[in-house]
Amino acid sequence: MAVNDPCLILLRKIQQMEFVALELNLYLDIHPDDCKALEQYNCTHKELCELKRQYEQQYGPLLNYGYGMNTGNNWRWAEQPWPWEM
Amino acid sequence: MWLYEKKLQYPVNVSCKNVQLAKWIITQYGGPDGELAASLRYLNQRYAMPTERAKAVLNDIGTEELAHLEIVGTLVHKLTKDASVAELKAAGLGGHYADHDRALFYVDAVGNPWTAAYIQAKGDPIADLTEDMAAEQKARATYNWLINLSDDPQVTDVLRFLREREVVHFQRFGETLNYMQEYLSEKKCY
Repeated sequence: MAVNDPCLILLRKIQQMEFVALELNLYLDIHPDDCKALEQYNCTHKELCELKRQYEQQYGPLLNYGYGMNTGNNWRWAEQPWPWEM
Repeated sequence: MWLYEKKLQYPVNVSCKNVQLAKWIITQYGGPDGELAASLRYLNQRYAMPTERAKAVLNDIGTEELAHLEIVGTLVHKLTKDASVAELKAAGLGGHYADHDRALFYVDAVGNPWTAAYIQAKGDPIADLTEDMAAEQKARATYNWLINLSDDPQVTDVLRFLREREVVHFQRFGETLNYMQEYLSEKKCY
């Protein structure tokens, strides 16, 4: 897949937002009373949900085990390339 | 319970096949300071931790290390994909080919298999958190040496990301250790 492929561009945005969420998560684990970080975490969560919804609708599920929606008439989980093949 | 997300934490691209570089990088897959050891160490130490904060930090960093394991696995896979037997032999991977073909295995840079002897769980939170901080520094140093060895800028970019994560984890474990010391000294007063 080419680097400028729209699928990879959207995936890159998700990776960036997830990175922000993870950094805040680890920080909050040991600073649970930091209200500003908590607020930022919740904002990030909202943006991340929207990006993942867009991605899953267009390119197939990111999560399985019932945590992601399978749109279309066939099982898309096993159809999309795996991360080490992209 | 864990969920698998069908994506990498950080994008992995390589410029070209590079079997020699893969042979060195695989130490962060199954070597003494690698991502498998890190993940299993932290996830296993969670059970004996007396504070909620320490349990959360070990749980969440242990989970992130699994994402790093997949990044390192992807690097090795992409660097060795379609390598000929002659190329594997020339890079010193003839022995690996004999035992595993081009499959990944949990080994260090010279082929030693992963062992639980790389990790410890002492049941003493100060001892365990101190081990975790040392582990992050050893992993950071390993990524440093791998960056020095790398001749592929795209691979170096990924190694730099992983090195940075070790620094952040060291910081979080340090804060966890300070909090644990306060918690344990308060507990003695009762």
